[in-house]
Amino acid sequence: MNDVIDKNIQLENNNKQLFNICLRTSSLKNPGSIKTYQSIGGYEQIKRILKNKIDPKQLIDEIKISGLRGRGGAGFPTGVKWSFMPRDYDGTKYIVCNSDEGEPGTFKDRDIIRYNPHQLIEGMIIGAYIMNAQVGFNYIHGEIWEDYVSFEKAIEDARKAGFLGNNILGSGFDFELHAVHGYGAYICGEETALIESIEGKKGQPRYKPPFPATYGIYGKPTNVNNTETYASIPWIIEHGGQEFMSHGVPNSGGTKIFSVSGHVENPGNYEIQLGMPFRQLLAEAGGVWKNRQLKAVIPGGPSTPVVPANIMMDATLDYDGLAQIGSSVGAGSMIVMDDSTCMVQALRRLSYFFYEESCGQCTPCREGTGWVYRIIDRIFKGQATLADLDLLTDVSKKISGRTICALGDAAATPVLSFIKHFRSEFENFIKHGKSLN
Amino acid sequence: MNLKLKKLIDKELKKYPSDKKQSAVIAALAIMQNERGWLSKEDISEVALYLDMPEIAVLEVATFYNMFDLKSVGKYKLSICTNISCMLRDADHIVNHLKEKLQIDFNEVTKDGKFCLKESECMGACGGAPLLTVNNQKMHENLNIDKVDQLLKELK
Repeated sequence: MNDVIDKNIQLENNNKQLFNICLRTSSLKNPGSIKTYQSIGGYEQIKRILKNKIDPKQLIDEIKISGLRGRGGAGFPTGVKWSFMPRDYDGTKYIVCNSDEGEPGTFKDRDIIRYNPHQLIEGMIIGAYIMNAQVGFNYIHGEIWEDYVSFEKAIEDARKAGFLGNNILGSGFDFELHAVHGYGAYICGEETALIESIEGKKGQPRYKPPFPATYGIYGKPTNVNNTETYASIPWIIEHGGQEFMSHGVPNSGGTKIFSVSGHVENPGNYEIQLGMPFRQLLAEAGGVWKNRQLKAVIPGGPSTPVVPANIMMDATLDYDGLAQIGSSVGAGSMIVMDDSTCMVQALRRLSYFFYEESCGQCTPCREGTGWVYRIIDRIFKGQATLADLDLLTDVSKKISGRTICALGDAAATPVLSFIKHFRSEFENFIKHGKSLN
Repeated sequence: MNLKLKKLIDKELKKYPSDKKQSAVIAALAIMQNERGWLSKEDISEVALYLDMPEIAVLEVATFYNMFDLKSVGKYKLSICTNISCMLRDADHIVNHLKEKLQIDFNEVTKDGKFCLKESECMGACGGAPLLTVNNQKMHENLNIDKVDQLLKELK
């Protein structure tokens, strides 16, 4: 029986294709302009909602049906998250779009900002209407400066067209949206660090609870969602939650952008119907470059465990499919490594990143990430002993679960998964003082 | 602080409630750095005064966010990403070429004061790896040796 079901799921998954929702303007002329967005029905949903004063509860239900889950990595159901916001709170409420993508291998939000900013803006206006928020911020990664500047212009165009400001389209609904930027701190992608950053402080995460929905920016109720999450909203409202859901698989509704980087012929963003086989996405990205063999894949960014090629080749790309093989969708930041890759060198670079980006607030993370990097560096320089591998595992396990935010867990994940799957490569490196690759 | 800087910072201040000037500190420091090349102690003090903040709170922000420079970085700061997606596409080769050509290591400035080389973390543009930014604002993607040489020529 189970075999039959598995086969059916596999057949269904084999029908999954590339399908643009968040990136649906990318093949059009002047994709980022308000004119282009309006030519495909853009801003019609917010017009319809405001004109008919559609009950926010009804809209939340639609989003719940869609199965949309937070696309920044946590995968929390968006409709549920939005229902946490106290609509009747008497005072300013904020919504924040988290475009601070700095996890290595992540570059999808940038393309939404560049090529489809107005769908994101409309998604935020709808979100503001649903959560009864008056002010929104889009917090953009400081390194993509030109895209920050272009998004400021997109906001200006939306304001001129009457979609932002006071009394939007004569409805009595007010919503103001601002673009703000980071300036080189990965940790600000963590929602409470991001809130601290908007308040003009170091990006150090807060304890949760209280969650942002009760205590966010300036202590006011605040919702934080990823760029791709917000950009999916207008399409869901237009086509219905069921239609969105049907593009994915059960428990993984809709489409998801995978940012494919590393050793493929055509790196880039690929918006897929969730449930698509990995093998198919790899082919879409032109396959492994230079006719080499696949060695390993980090499916969703370094905070998701690395997967060896033989397991990855049979995986499907959805929340359950990747969980089954011990990894995760994360932010869809897929890093592909060919058979020439030295795993010690790859892990060394990732560990340096977490060491550099630890905000320093929690001792296990601040000190532990330094220890981890130094041990791997020792291996890389041929100065380690086999006992160092156990020490590395031990230190990583002692970071995980002992910090305020998820950066500690994220720092431990690559170490534990690289050693689990490629232990012999690490041992060989230690024995011979160099890569045998 | 001249009028041009004040105008630019005032535009940022409009994004926040009038009693929350501190929120504009990252933007104000970025504006300041863009105008003056790097942030001196005096620059930090000026921002603090303008935003009604303690100097230490401004310094705290300036030292926390990696794109701020508290020392001179020459005329052109080249920040090159060496994180995994760039590493897998031979960023180290570009780095070595730049170091050799400019005769500097990371965090050093060329003798003529023209270039500074910085190692950067992920910039969120890995589809265009390897890549670098010039003075935090202009990104150059899909680098190879020829492109880098051309870029160095163009930066007068």
